[in-house]
Amino acid sequence: MSVPYALLALLSEGPKHGLRLQNEFESRTGEVWPLNVGQVYTTLQRLERDGLVASEGDGERSRKRYAITSAGSEELADWLRTPPELVPPPRDELVIKVLVALQIPGIDVGEILQAHRRHVIEVMQRYTHIKAEAAEDDVPLALVADAELFRLEAIVRWLDAADARLKHLPAPTPAAPGGVAEPTRPTEVAR
Amino acid sequence: MTSALELRHVSKVYGSGPSEVHALSEVDLSVERGELVAVMGPSGSGKSTLLTIAGSLEEPSSGHVLVEGTDLADISRSDRAKLRRRSIGFVFQDFNLLPGLTAIENVTLPLELDGTRAKAAQETGLNALEELDVAERAGRFPDELSGGERQRVAIARAIVGRRGLLLADEPTGALDSLNGEAVMRLLRAATRRGVAGVVVTHEAYLASWADRVVFLRDGYVVDQTHAAPGPESLLAAGDR
Repeated sequence: MSVPYALLALLSEGPKHGLRLQNEFESRTGEVWPLNVGQVYTTLQRLERDGLVASEGDGERSRKRYAITSAGSEELADWLRTPPELVPPPRDELVIKVLVALQIPGIDVGEILQAHRRHVIEVMQRYTHIKAEAAEDDVPLALVADAELFRLEAIVRWLDAADARLKHLPAPTPAAPGGVAEPTRPTEVAR
Repeated sequence: MTSALELRHVSKVYGSGPSEVHALSEVDLSVERGELVAVMGPSGSGKSTLLTIAGSLEEPSSGHVLVEGTDLADISRSDRAKLRRRSIGFVFQDFNLLPGLTAIENVTLPLELDGTRAKAAQETGLNALEELDVAERAGRFPDELSGGERQRVAIARAIVGRRGLLLADEPTGALDSLNGEAVMRLLRAATRRGVAGVVVTHEAYLASWADRVVFLRDGYVVDQTHAAPGPESLLAAGDR
């Protein structure tokens, strides 16, 4: 999870209170990723325990100011350069649904693919709508929206490719031998 | 209310006998002013045929095409050409700007062909270039413009005057994603000013700029998106 690192990054500008960290996190991710203040304090507590931030002031947590330590700065620099996990989850729900559909005699797999395609594009329309309504120079929001849009577009491309592959199958839809196989292609999960 | 574009049971068959190809079958589609509709589908699904028929560049084998309430079958060939010049703007993937004409001359050409005086055409053309943020390039020839600028000029030519219908065939195909997005932003802005827009694309990233996405498959309209819920539900979806 990248919230601790986002907080470390915000603290590298100087010491801040928890509430301010929450506000800055939300505004810099284009407010697409809400973060509640409780999450901010639990994360800060953990960072402090690990020696990555230090707090000053006492009493209530809302009155404390947090500062990044040198260990925190090093940890942040390492994290920025570490590649994220790109290996897909072992079972992609959408791939499994389509493989299962292929087993069922008489089912219109093309129609199932289309139902998913429509749904994914509707979600994309919502992200694009947010981007369209925002100021053109709101770069953080555009970056967040694009990340989701390209991820979703990859799903549409997989659906299109699946459609094209299925066209080459002889009709009526045969049951594939050997049951449901593990997906081998890196695709994204439809939540 | 009269739709800017209405297709009623439109079919298009090419060839005859065993080589017959059904490019479009019983297509119903209405597009209102202020609305941007994207048409998606695999190659050969009839997307481009739909656009050329909607733009009266081709006639349907059966069914009716109404542009702002006028049935194209009820008017003469020359009236159709006039309606096409006055009411419909086209944007193509490869821009189709005339190389020997400057940006402003390309934009004013349809107006002058339609009898508008040169001076008035010039003024209207400059306004259109201004809307698309390329007015300062008005005197340049197409080969002196970047890809993104050429497409802006092509869109200016498509919306100049009082066109009510904007038809675009893969208008972002030759552009990178950000220039493509800029084009979709402009098409969307044009529809917000009251034009009806239809854009054919196979890219979901660009189709998602449309208010409605219509899916074509083997010449049939098989599906379309429904009105998208507001952004609140998206924020909830992003909470993870």
